[in-house]
Amino acid sequence: MSFSVTEPTNGTKWFAGILVAAYAVITLIPLIWIIATGFKSPVDSIAYPPVIVFEPTLEGYVNLFTDRTRATPDMLEAAGPPQTWYDEIARERGTVISGPSRYGERFLNSVIIGFGSTALCMILGTAAAYAFSRFRVPLKDDLLFFILSTRMMPPIAVAIPIFLMFRNLGLNDTHLGMILLYTAVNLSLSVWLLKGFIDEIPMEYEEAALIDGYTRFQAFYKVVLPQAATGIASTAIFCLIFAWNEYAFAVLLTSGEAQTAPPFIPNIIGVNGKDWPAVAAGATIFLVPVMVFTVLLRKHLLRGITFGAVRK
Amino acid sequence: MTASPIKMMAQKTPDGMARTIKGLSDRAIAWIFVAPTIFLLLAVNIFPLIWTIRLSFTNFRVNRPNKDVEWVGLRNYERILNDPDIWNTMQATAHFLLWTIVLQVLIGFTLAYLINKKFKGNDLWTTIIVFPMMLSPAVVGNFWTFLYQPQIGLFNYVIAFFTGADPASFSMIGDVHLAPWAIIIADTWMWTPFVMLICLAGLRSIPDSIYEAAECDRASKWRQFWTITVPMALPFLMLAVLFRGIENFKMFDLVVQLTGGGPGNTTTLTSIDLKREAFEKWRTGYSSAYAVILFVTVFGLASIYVKALNKVKER
Repeated sequence: MSFSVTEPTNGTKWFAGILVAAYAVITLIPLIWIIATGFKSPVDSIAYPPVIVFEPTLEGYVNLFTDRTRATPDMLEAAGPPQTWYDEIARERGTVISGPSRYGERFLNSVIIGFGSTALCMILGTAAAYAFSRFRVPLKDDLLFFILSTRMMPPIAVAIPIFLMFRNLGLNDTHLGMILLYTAVNLSLSVWLLKGFIDEIPMEYEEAALIDGYTRFQAFYKVVLPQAATGIASTAIFCLIFAWNEYAFAVLLTSGEAQTAPPFIPNIIGVNGKDWPAVAAGATIFLVPVMVFTVLLRKHLLRGITFGAVRK
Repeated sequence: MTASPIKMMAQKTPDGMARTIKGLSDRAIAWIFVAPTIFLLLAVNIFPLIWTIRLSFTNFRVNRPNKDVEWVGLRNYERILNDPDIWNTMQATAHFLLWTIVLQVLIGFTLAYLINKKFKGNDLWTTIIVFPMMLSPAVVGNFWTFLYQPQIGLFNYVIAFFTGADPASFSMIGDVHLAPWAIIIADTWMWTPFVMLICLAGLRSIPDSIYEAAECDRASKWRQFWTITVPMALPFLMLAVLFRGIENFKMFDLVVQLTGGGPGNTTTLTSIDLKREAFEKWRTGYSSAYAVILFVTVFGLASIYVKALNKVKER
């Protein structure tokens, strides 16, 4: 190790490390609280003072995935002994499970719309980015400006004409409508990010391939695509996270058929008013995948959030 | 960005090679590759924008489709600009914008500065700190209402623990004076990492040699911080402020779930107000004009800001 005047001293490092770790722990508390609340009983979840050590229960998760009705003791007896473990949890609260809740459907909608729009966005985006990177295309230089200005419009503002347009086309509250909408919202950013990644791939590889008799198209998918794979993957994760988290369009344009989880989770109501453990359970299932993706994405995070303005 | 060798080559290829290679011509491929994207962007981004502008000059209402649509000229715009409620909304938005940016810049820059001391495990902590900003604002905002509950909420409990106040004595989202701060705290928790990441990139872009030179000149650490670190990280910091400014000007999901704009109208930010006009009162023409005004405002402010940013970069 060579001596350097700019290397911080060990004392400074410890000091900085402890402060940053302290901030990280504080920032994690709300997230830990969400996850913990999901495993609390309704009584524990609203106890004062807030309980940190508690007996974990899956009641929140059972309540999240089922609809229940209150039952009198006679009805409970008539229904016979509980058949399953989740039935048992519901019985303990004097309720019987009347069927699955809508959370499963909503979650599935989020998956379909999230992955559908991401796939479409990547197919269109990669092709367009390649063209923008390698050919002389009009409007090329206006692209970043265009991205920024579409992002300046509040989603509510564009929601009005999109609502009208979708209604005329019969796309309101459909998966296809939401997939097209999220694709369009993500597309300009994706093209810009992907163009950055493709710009970094040397042209020589393709030229060699072209000279070897590949067509342009073959050179694109046999030479460029494999090399851009990391870039495409991280752009895809960005699109997925956006579509996954989006709320404003989802709440305005969907209500039944194609409603995603974000507008649904806050409205989970239990038998006795707001069922916080169930809300927390729904939030946990919904948020944890994003945290996993964040870890996968950490190297390209900066590029994505600044629209490629900062590349590191 | 200047013309990279890649770009220059890219521009040369079509002329030289296009004729010698098999398959479709480069120009055809370029069009096939770009056309679907352009079409979708025109259909979902540009077309609605033009439609909004057109609607803003009419008295159209979505819930009364059979009524004749009248052309009202600039009347919607006049009514909005003379409406005192809108100015209250703007004030609430300005308050929210100002404080979230101040807090996020202060905390975010400090964190980035500390992380840049390159202590062991800084990558791990950075990743943990980044979590909140990747999550769904609506879901998280909804959960913050739970943390803010009087008596049972964790936030109230912690505040009470440190100040000795009764945790049931204050309600962050029910009190007219506290609610604006409730949304600022939640937003700061969520978006500080964003500012931190950009600042960190800025700090890492400063070459060690500059500090070494300053060290040779016996410049104090304090002086080095103000004459090297801050000016060189400034363009990045300004970029972070630009992004946060645009995002928080159109803030909707987090706040609508947290306070719903209440109590009273104390946290009714422009987007929430716009949603009420457009999707609860169904005043489509009026709200379109409102949307255009907001767009022009952000666009104008952002353009001026970008000019300033470019000047700082050139220095």
